[in-house]
Amino acid sequence: MATSLAAIRAKNDELNVFLFIDEEGAIDAARRVDERVTRGEDVGALAGVPIALKDNLCQTGVPTTAGSKILNGWRPPYSATVVERVLGAGAVPMGKTNMDEFAMGSSTETSAFGPTRNPLNVERVPGGSSGGSASAVAADMTPISLGSDTGGSIRQPAALCGLVGVKPTYGLVSRYGLIAFASSLDQIGPFAKNVADAAALLEVIAGHDPMDSTSLPEPSPSLLAHVNDGIAGARVGLVRELFDGADDEVVAEVERAASALRDAGATIVELSVPELHLGLSAYYLIAPAEASSNLARYDGVRYGLRVDAEDVAAMNEATRTAGFGAEVKRRIMLGTYALSAGYYDAYYGQALKVRTQLIDAFRRAYRVADVLLGATAPSVAFALGEKTADPMAMYLSDVFTIPTNLAGDAAISVPFGTGHDGLPIGVQLLGPGRSEAGLFAAARVLELADGRS
Amino acid sequence: MTVRDGWEMVVGLEVHTELKTTTKMFCGCANEFGSEPNTNVCPVCLGLPGSLPVLNVRAVDLAMAIGFALHSTIAFSTFHRKNYFYPDMPKDFQISQYDLPINSGGYLDLPDGSRVTIERAHLEEDTGKSTHLGGSGRIHGADRSLVDYNRSGVPLVEIVSGPDIRSSAQARAYASELRGILIATGASDGRMEEGSMRIDANVSVRKPGDPLGTRCEIKNLNSLRSLQRAIDFEALRQVDLIEGGARVRQETRHWDENLGETSTMRTKEEAEDYRYFREPDLVDLIPDLDWQERVRVGLGAMPAERRATLLARLSGPAPAQLDALEVVVDLGFDAFVLAATDAGVEPSLALARAANELAAGSDDIARLTTDAFTLTLTMEQRGDLSATQAKTVLLELLAHGGDPRAIATAKGFEQLSSDSLGETVATLITEHPDEWARYRDGDEKLAQFFIGQVMKLTKGQANGKAVVAQLQRLR
Amino acid sequence: MASPLRREDVAKVAKLARLSLSEAELDEFTAQLGQVLEHANDIAALDLDGVVATAHPFGLINVVRADVLRPSLSRDDVLAMAPDAQDGRFAVPRILGEAP
Repeated sequence: MATSLAAIRAKNDELNVFLFIDEEGAIDAARRVDERVTRGEDVGALAGVPIALKDNLCQTGVPTTAGSKILNGWRPPYSATVVERVLGAGAVPMGKTNMDEFAMGSSTETSAFGPTRNPLNVERVPGGSSGGSASAVAADMTPISLGSDTGGSIRQPAALCGLVGVKPTYGLVSRYGLIAFASSLDQIGPFAKNVADAAALLEVIAGHDPMDSTSLPEPSPSLLAHVNDGIAGARVGLVRELFDGADDEVVAEVERAASALRDAGATIVELSVPELHLGLSAYYLIAPAEASSNLARYDGVRYGLRVDAEDVAAMNEATRTAGFGAEVKRRIMLGTYALSAGYYDAYYGQALKVRTQLIDAFRRAYRVADVLLGATAPSVAFALGEKTADPMAMYLSDVFTIPTNLAGDAAISVPFGTGHDGLPIGVQLLGPGRSEAGLFAAARVLELADGRS
Repeated sequence: MTVRDGWEMVVGLEVHTELKTTTKMFCGCANEFGSEPNTNVCPVCLGLPGSLPVLNVRAVDLAMAIGFALHSTIAFSTFHRKNYFYPDMPKDFQISQYDLPINSGGYLDLPDGSRVTIERAHLEEDTGKSTHLGGSGRIHGADRSLVDYNRSGVPLVEIVSGPDIRSSAQARAYASELRGILIATGASDGRMEEGSMRIDANVSVRKPGDPLGTRCEIKNLNSLRSLQRAIDFEALRQVDLIEGGARVRQETRHWDENLGETSTMRTKEEAEDYRYFREPDLVDLIPDLDWQERVRVGLGAMPAERRATLLARLSGPAPAQLDALEVVVDLGFDAFVLAATDAGVEPSLALARAANELAAGSDDIARLTTDAFTLTLTMEQRGDLSATQAKTVLLELLAHGGDPRAIATAKGFEQLSSDSLGETVATLITEHPDEWARYRDGDEKLAQFFIGQVMKLTKGQANGKAVVAQLQRLR
Repeated sequence: MASPLRREDVAKVAKLARLSLSEAELDEFTAQLGQVLEHANDIAALDLDGVVATAHPFGLINVVRADVLRPSLSRDDVLAMAPDAQDGRFAVPRILGEAP
């Protein structure tokens, strides 16, 4: 814990990883672990391990902003289920990490509190929206962290920062206490330097939660135990739509990953899933639509920012106008439009149907493959400010990650090779719902093949 | 009262009822009226960031019970978000049901034989409550408002009738019958004055045979009487408008009970766009046949059936008895009347005591057993207790429970029917020799005289029948 | 086929969402949102008659909880978050217009 705190103090000013450093909480948690050790009690699977929490995870009494001015200063009176689980497992919470505002972004540049810098190259973005959580691990501030993934917000920063990042099956991890962006797409997941740590953390947070109606009914699956199962006999689908358009150096690593998996005993099947092309459009209707509704509650009445006015509607408007950044406003308006009378059928209604088609397409793919392989992000970490002028350009960063969120399936990004300037590249493994164990096994194979732990 | 000659009113009613569950619709906070403000709230019903709804199974059971009672079709249903901004709505959307409600179709038969169709009865959550400071306490003219979220998230069922109602009296009968059904299913306590049952009326007028006219929605109807008055006022208002050459504007109007009129609420330039979409935080509701059957068999008899059962016990009922019968069913006291009549008590007596004495003490009804009620009336009927004494015993039973004989003894009632009564009568005979002579000679009317005298002396505690019995013994 | 996005549509939508935009923002957002919707038109154009929207991806249904009390928050904690409170309630500037 002390090492972690020292690392945070040394680098946070430059990197802007943590919005709140929870020294008190860390000392408390560390002490409680010591007490349990002294009493000979079970200390928990994460005993004494420092962890960073994305700032859209509620933690009782700890400032939680979701990267937004509208929640600046808010301290939740309750904790997210995942936070309770990691603390219950003995983890030491070091603080809350920076993120794109309300998780809307792919670079952590829409945060109201300034961008986070990529620890591997401070002129570049760490990815987003969980850029802070990724950087915390990449900068050796904490060995593990939690982020959230709605369209790629764990996997893409993992790829850009050289980490393992997982988007679990929809419903595997409780969303209770996660400040919602898009309810049918959001999932909380782990960042770690290696596959085993990611598996261990996911095991702790996964499993049924009665506080989340969309939570899968079964308890947490056994994951860590299967990490070294290998993939002999597995069929790996190399899906062209999952790397078409990526930079050459990224595509090269995907192909090298395919070879590595083949060498480990898997069969590679080349696949085309054309429906994936529709994923981006469907996502940019469904996610903003749900978000526009989820963010309506930020109205200055009960908590957070209030900008006063003569009447309550004017107060709502003044508060939201002052409290939300441009990207959030853009998406709220897009979402409101997609749901509005006269446009619902053409936009939101259609997008929901496209989603069904995407799910069906994945099901068909999984009849001929156990696991799918592709790129995570189209390029290595780009420069700060490079894509902020053009929202569409930023949205395209998620083209390979979005389909999994729409389908509700599982996916993991694994560091594999480097691109120019030594910047890390991540490859993505996708599996059907509840296939995390297999994904970790495949990821482990790649981890070993790439010469890591 | 029907609207003017040549005109017909067309009325549909929307009734919202709070459900009598222990906890709220989507969280475990208490569903309790009258608590200190903002003491029954949690992250979910406050709509705090990160909170999620989980459906209360009892709310579903009660919604299905209502569906069965209204002969609706119970079907696969989903929840939708109804999106709009208002300070009493913590999420600035309401979780409700839209195109796939749990109950659709159905009907309600009224005592007069008419039938009103039901379009749907669906589940939704209630909002918080705001009070307005400054001005008259109403929204207009207020400086600021204070919001209490205790009511936020309380489960509601909204029941929408078809536009089948043709008079204010029929509307009142519908509301009254529906209220009785909601109470009988255990879904509601039907307290309009507390707001656990709320009614909005949609009113339009037309010449019979013409297509439907433009309708106005009337809100703020806090009693059945208001409902009736408001509908009459509104129908006439619309007829006057049209006959005067103007058109009825589609709007929402507020009923003012004191002024006796409806007035325009602030109209918006366009209708609100609620942007309904399926609630992603909840899953579909598909109550299987076993679940539905469990609810259905748990349903007791509805008011119409219960009135019929009681009616069958009366022979040639007088109007006063019919009124008493309605009160008894309304309050759910049929069990008392049935038990008493089964034990040989005169139905009219049982009805009268239930409709009056029990009604007066209805808040304490839990303390009274059917056995105690039956015994008290049996004693009264036998002459062991006078009417006044029987009423006193019932009040005592309601207040403290207990055994009627013990209560009568404790109050000295039964003594008056034996020794002291004999003494009293003997004394009176001595004091009124002439009257006694005439009675002895056969003038029965004088029995009343002596009863009156005994009553005066005993302050009404004597039992008339016992006096007559004593007189006859001494004759 | 959906029509192109107009400035007045964006203005109307902003109002619905309780956001106020400057003239410059209105122009900027109209252009940006128009771009996204252009891409979305590939979806609007599809013939998906007969395709049903998916609810939960793994078919969860009938998730309910027992009607049992759980602890509420303390009122102090609740009001501590409030930008303005009075008499145990959340205070807001006057409300113009009744609830829909």
